[in-house]
Amino acid sequence: MAEKDKAEEAIEPINRLDAKSIALQAMLPGIVSDFKVTINTAFDLVVVAVEPEEIKQICLLLRDNDETAFDYLLLLCVVDYEDYLQVVYHIYSTSLKHTLVVKTNVSPEEPSLESVTPVWKGADWYEREAHDLFGVSFNAHPSLSPLLLYEGFEGFPGRRNYEMPEYKEW
Amino acid sequence: MVDQDINKKLDTVQMMVNMGPQHPSTHGVFRMVLAVDGERIVDVEPHIGYLHRGSEKLCEGEIYVQIVTLFDRLDYLSNLNNEMVFCRAVEKLMELEIPERAEYIRVILCELNRVASHLLFIGTFGLDVGAMTPSMYMFRDREKIQSMFEAVTGARMMHNYIRIGGIKNDVPDDFIHRMKSLIVELKKGLEEADKLLSFNEIFLARTKNIGTMSAKMAIEYGVSGPSLRASGVPIDIRKDHPYSIYDRFDFGIPIGEIGDCWDRYYVRLEEVRQSISIMEQALYQLPDGDTITPTRFLLRPPKGEVYVRGENPRGEIGVYMISDGTDKPYRVKVRPPSFCNLMTIKDLLIDTYVADAVVILGSLDIVLGEVDR
Amino acid sequence: MSLIIDVGMRVSLILGLLTGLSVVVLSLVWVERKFLGRIQMRMGPMVVGPYGLLQPVADAIKLVAKEDLLSPWVDRIVYWIAPLAVFIPSFMIWVTIPISRDIVIRNMDMGLFYIIAFSVLSIVGLVAAGWASSNKYAVLGGFRAAAQLISYEIPLIMAVLGVAMLAQSLNLQEIVNQQDTYVYALVQPLGLLIFFIAGLAEIGRTPFDIHPAESEVVGGPFVEYSGAHWSIFFLAEYINTFAVAALTVLMFLGGWLLPGLSGGAITTVGVLVFFAKTYLVILIIFWFRGTFPRLRIDQLMSFGWKMLVPLSFLNIILTGCYMFYGWPAWLMSIISVTILASVFWLVSKRMNNTKKEYTVHIYKPESLEVKNAG
Repeated sequence: MAEKDKAEEAIEPINRLDAKSIALQAMLPGIVSDFKVTINTAFDLVVVAVEPEEIKQICLLLRDNDETAFDYLLLLCVVDYEDYLQVVYHIYSTSLKHTLVVKTNVSPEEPSLESVTPVWKGADWYEREAHDLFGVSFNAHPSLSPLLLYEGFEGFPGRRNYEMPEYKEW
Repeated sequence: MVDQDINKKLDTVQMMVNMGPQHPSTHGVFRMVLAVDGERIVDVEPHIGYLHRGSEKLCEGEIYVQIVTLFDRLDYLSNLNNEMVFCRAVEKLMELEIPERAEYIRVILCELNRVASHLLFIGTFGLDVGAMTPSMYMFRDREKIQSMFEAVTGARMMHNYIRIGGIKNDVPDDFIHRMKSLIVELKKGLEEADKLLSFNEIFLARTKNIGTMSAKMAIEYGVSGPSLRASGVPIDIRKDHPYSIYDRFDFGIPIGEIGDCWDRYYVRLEEVRQSISIMEQALYQLPDGDTITPTRFLLRPPKGEVYVRGENPRGEIGVYMISDGTDKPYRVKVRPPSFCNLMTIKDLLIDTYVADAVVILGSLDIVLGEVDR
Repeated sequence: MSLIIDVGMRVSLILGLLTGLSVVVLSLVWVERKFLGRIQMRMGPMVVGPYGLLQPVADAIKLVAKEDLLSPWVDRIVYWIAPLAVFIPSFMIWVTIPISRDIVIRNMDMGLFYIIAFSVLSIVGLVAAGWASSNKYAVLGGFRAAAQLISYEIPLIMAVLGVAMLAQSLNLQEIVNQQDTYVYALVQPLGLLIFFIAGLAEIGRTPFDIHPAESEVVGGPFVEYSGAHWSIFFLAEYINTFAVAALTVLMFLGGWLLPGLSGGAITTVGVLVFFAKTYLVILIIFWFRGTFPRLRIDQLMSFGWKMLVPLSFLNIILTGCYMFYGWPAWLMSIISVTILASVFWLVSKRMNNTKKEYTVHIYKPESLEVKNAG
């Protein structure tokens, strides 16, 4: 039994990269060499973990570099891992057709991050949504007014420690 | 379009018009606060969230099998496409093999769903422009599709038919025969709508060069689906990153020229034709065999995260799912196509007329259940 | 005593006219719903009465029995007056519209002038309704109504003027009697078209239903009205529709005249002929409703001022030449038809051009690659 557990741990993280992602994985270190990043994989996508302070510069770089040309924001998402919040950007290149995941961790107490709306306009409502549901504040965002929740909503319902109000039938 | 200098000289007063959430043309509970100067729109403030049900949070508390029903309720006009993308996410993480027959039936039904959704769009777009007959024609044809769905899945809207590992049950015996006659009727109905509406002089005047979205703007905003293709960007997930068995069919991507309302309308109309062609090919190739790979009721996909993309009638849907190895997902996040498409509304509406606002919003083809989740 | 009889006569005439018009409106509602239903492959009303014949009556009862909602912000006096200001002019013009050679309430020598003068008044009611409702959609709708009705009044009057010049009279009975050899539609096809289009815009029906546009301004000036007050607007709209159709028939299609019909039969059978012709015109109006989308207000204005107004002036000049030089009637019809045909040709040519221009390309990545490889 114990042996089997060890054997499972020894297995590499699942790696199903396709040709484009492999090329991207090989190319990335050269492009983002100025920044403190770790390049990893998650299933079939390349993942770049970056520092929260550098997120905007890296995104700009990835968008403007001709070899990456990530001009399309697929998804901006916040994941609550209890001891830290992870902001995940799925980005795509409409010309080169490859996808990249950019991740950055922020603290759950006062999460704050540089907004990427100057890079991709499409981040606007995603960031407002993240601000609503997770309380992540994005600096330099045009307006972080509530999007999905009503004005004056207390708490951050997206987080895992949010206590759902008891629903009573009456 | 509007001579602004004249208005500057005149001392005009702006008026705030609150359009929605109970307006017949906002397609659900969408609210726009328009600042209008006469009939011209000066500023727009869109408000969403009236239908926010916290679907993504709900997913964290449900087991995988149950989540399929939540996805049904996101975009209530393309239920099967939604179910499919979630099932594919789980299948991809578990690396499940899907039986051939199930794949084919999935594709046939998804394309049928796409046709139904686009037919509804054509009808309601006609209503937005003021033509009432196309909507009747289109609802008639959509009704046939709905009864087809009822025969196959047992429900008209919330099907819960596509399951993790395959489909719920095999199709009825006369499925191929019924589909063939349905396709003939759909083609006929579509030609009627095309003749009645598409090249009508008034319709052209109302939609041509209205709400033009450039390719650059569409990409910046993350617009997807027919709205993006109308701007001349040939991106279709079924072609670029073929999933399921879409690489086996011969079909084209309709792309527009300038991305105005008419292009968005006609791209959808053309897409119905392409979908019908896919269905015909799939019906021809439909193999025999099993329809589901048996899985445990309490699925436990391996630890890991996965992002799956699919082409919905409204655009590109994505599911980002993180599994922690238990029977419930750790986090599910949907990329809602309508959400991104709706984001452009502010830029599109400014400096148009109130009457155009309705047409432009209609041409984006949004479903608020998906925007608000 | 004679005074009492006189007053009694007048009151009963007015009441009779009101009843007659109400019956016509009920029939129009039924015809419209049935006809639209057939166009849209539906049955139309089928439940109340045989073939749904009693459906309009049921609707009327529902409307009258409905609670009359009143928003607290409305300007009450104007709000209550507005429906009447729309209804009374549309009712008044029927005083001088003959339905047969001898059946008319009051035959006036200034009949056409009177009709036009009264029909313009309804604009006031629409704007007042929009303003008094204290609703922004209503305000937008009221302004649209004002702009639309005033600018379409001009081509309407000009088209009427052509007929008046031909008949040398403003008396509607006289105009119809003049058409016993040929109907004016043959001499004035241009005038007929202008009158019909401008009339459609005047009554605000598709494709000119811009001020009540449901998908844009949610009913425009009528958005706050309900129950009986709304039904007065409704009544006025249908009476106006009927009036435009009736005037088209009277001025261009020969009214109650029919080849082979003469003598005393004109008075009695003529009524049927008149109604048959009017309902045919009305069916065309309903047919438009089932087919066309709605124009935008600026497109409507530019169509009115750049197309209809010049054409209507041209029509008057033509008619003037015809009268002055004493051309034969066939020459006049040929010229008029030629102008009409050339306008149609220009429009259809533009349409065909746009058809060629506007299309969607089918992009097939594989086939492109194959082509390049070959």
